[in-house]
Amino acid sequence: MSFVLDGVTVRHHAPLAQRPLALTEVSLNAAAGEQIALIGPSGAGKTTLLHTLACAMRPQAGELRLFDTQAWNLPEAQRHALRKRLFLAPQTPPLPPRQRVVTAVLAGLLPQWGMRQALASLLKPADPQCAYDALARFSLQDKLYARVDRLSGGERQRCSMARLIVSQAELLLVDEPLSALDPTLAMHTLTVLQQEAAARRATLVCSLHQIELARAHFPRIVGLRDGCVMFDAPRHQVSDDMIAALYKHATTPASASTPQDQEPKQILPLIRCF
Amino acid sequence: MAASTIRTAPPDPAWRGRVTASVLTLVVLWPMLVWSEFKPWVLLDAQSLAATGRFLADFFPPAHSAEFLRLAAEATWQTVAMATAGMTLALLGAVPMTIIATERLSISRIGTGRIRILGRAVRLFVRWLLVGLRSVPELVWALLLVRIVGLGPTAGVLAIALTYCGMLGKVYAEILESADPHASDALLRNGASRLAALCYGTLPESASELVSYTIYRWECAIRGSVVMGFVGAGGLGQRMDESMKMLAGGEVATMLIIFVLLVACADSISKMLRRRLA
Amino acid sequence: MKHASSAPCISTLLLLGGLVLLIVASFATLPLQWRAFLSVDAAKATMEFLRGFVPPEAAPAFLHKLLIATAETLSMSALGTGIAAMAGLAFALPASGRFGTMPRAAMRLVLNVARSIPELVWASILLIAAGLGPFAGTLALAFHTSGVLGRLFADAMENTPPLPEASLRINGASALAAFLYAALPQTLPQMLSYALYRWENNIRAAAVLGVVGAGGLGQMLKYHLSLFQMQQAASVIVAMLLLVALVDTISFAMRRLMMS
Repeated sequence: MSFVLDGVTVRHHAPLAQRPLALTEVSLNAAAGEQIALIGPSGAGKTTLLHTLACAMRPQAGELRLFDTQAWNLPEAQRHALRKRLFLAPQTPPLPPRQRVVTAVLAGLLPQWGMRQALASLLKPADPQCAYDALARFSLQDKLYARVDRLSGGERQRCSMARLIVSQAELLLVDEPLSALDPTLAMHTLTVLQQEAAARRATLVCSLHQIELARAHFPRIVGLRDGCVMFDAPRHQVSDDMIAALYKHATTPASASTPQDQEPKQILPLIRCF
Repeated sequence: MAASTIRTAPPDPAWRGRVTASVLTLVVLWPMLVWSEFKPWVLLDAQSLAATGRFLADFFPPAHSAEFLRLAAEATWQTVAMATAGMTLALLGAVPMTIIATERLSISRIGTGRIRILGRAVRLFVRWLLVGLRSVPELVWALLLVRIVGLGPTAGVLAIALTYCGMLGKVYAEILESADPHASDALLRNGASRLAALCYGTLPESASELVSYTIYRWECAIRGSVVMGFVGAGGLGQRMDESMKMLAGGEVATMLIIFVLLVACADSISKMLRRRLA
Repeated sequence: MKHASSAPCISTLLLLGGLVLLIVASFATLPLQWRAFLSVDAAKATMEFLRGFVPPEAAPAFLHKLLIATAETLSMSALGTGIAAMAGLAFALPASGRFGTMPRAAMRLVLNVARSIPELVWASILLIAAGLGPFAGTLALAFHTSGVLGRLFADAMENTPPLPEASLRINGASALAAFLYAALPQTLPQMLSYALYRWENNIRAAAVLGVVGAGGLGQMLKYHLSLFQMQQAASVIVAMLLLVALVDTISFAMRRLMMS
């Protein structure tokens, strides 16, 4: 089993007095190599779910088993070692503006590198060919030595995907990778992503707003709404009515902050201590 | 399909630049280390360690006899008084000079856009005077003035007055220049005097910035006064210098504590004043 | 658009009154020798004094010594600023909260004390450990500027968007690696800019540190003034002004280069 979520409840990061639920009693599991599309209206909890799977948010209740281990029962060091086997690509490309693309992409290898190699690569990129090949799959190889802030939004998003390709993770968690791409590019990027996941036999969980792409390309679709799993079915069993019900009268919960707001606050404690 | 693996990545264009920069840094670094007699091992030399150890040991406890504390309090007040008096004189000098130097109040400029020769000459002269006043480090002024007026706070007050006159003049002029010229222009065009144009035209808008900067400079002046004490201009600095020469660690410790507290105090008073008045 | 000044409230009036009191008290309590400054005799003596400065000394042997002292001062300021930049970076890590709240408070206190104490005071203390000469000056500048830069760097680090670094850490990178690959690239240009700007301040400080014995142009100035060698002193002052202008120009040019 790649991951198992059992009755997991996660709260938003908010002042103790009012802590709305982001996920309520969510149960989900996936075997190695599965490819799952995560759909649902804004504020449904897709980002929270991906972060929970990435061990970035601790569930208030329920159990998370990653690679057959109870992730939150481990000591911090071992849990961090577990994180090396996964890769979370956030909605906003997490690339430092003035960094060069080659360094930003090669940062995907940091979990595998020792400190000496990491330092050396800052001065002279350790494996530019690897970054080049990854970028070439998205037709961005010419931008290898360009600065990140000179790229367009769509190019930055694809660089973020290139970092995913370069990494050696077995569990790929991707949060809306196609939002800044036109339809042709979106399809191409998705194809590359899925080919890579299949080649590595990695599990892919991808949250999408492009429902047609999800139904056309992913064998399994999970619908999320207001923090609950509405359906979890193979694609041929997902009907138009189910999709309509998922998005019907969808209201953004008033107390929930946008996914982007949520990420940094929850993650800040991770930044501490060397 | 990975057809692109046929192509190899181009060489790193930044590598050459990085190597050159590193070499240049080393080439510049080595002579600098020599010229500044950079010998960190001197700190670990037995004699030096012993002297440092003794001095630091004297820090605890800091000197706290009533007699010494009284002297220290007097010296502290003298420092604050020096800074305040110096700033007041600096203001008295900077305000007229700013008024003369600023192009905002040029009457000959109205309508033609060009200031007449005499106006430009006078303004240029005053600006260069201000530059000269603030380019010379205040400590150098203090050193010179001590030779003219003798030891004591007079030299310190005058040194602060001269240097800060230059600094205040420059920044005041910049603040006035960056304000919207419309109001003062309108007044001048209608025949108002320069002073009126200043007070009713530019000042209301710039007042808070001017006050804010002045208070910030007063805070700096307090630090400056302590430093000037080291060349004989009185105040806390002179006391510290004397205690240091006698290697009286306890007294130095007390005065350092007082000084740090003084700076913190001045900092909060300054923040409070800026909030209230600006 | 500010509205016309309303009647100032009592507390502001009291404040202004207090300020006036402070100014009056300052002038009253200081033993100022106005006569020594304002009398005709004093004016004549000042003129005499100033005339002694012209022309500044320009003998080759003296200029050579001046050049050495200038090199000493320049090195002091550059090295001191460089060391402070590295130390500041190291101090900024705890001071920006990466090791917890207690270390942050403690480190910020240390940094505040370091930057409150002026360079000259640091120099006179460090002379005990480092002996007379420019080394004490370099250390004094390093200690003081570490406080300044440490605080500025820490604030810059606290204000950067945390997403890039958080993302690397979630994916399993070590804390140090995430810092080097995400936080540092984001803050480096601003930090370099601060350091260069501090160099401009430090060259002025370095020029006068010699007054307490820390070498460089300051020591030369004190020496010649104490011997009443006014022409040599004038040359030293001119050298100081030129050096300050040089460093200001270099610093400005480098900062412009980096912003591009």
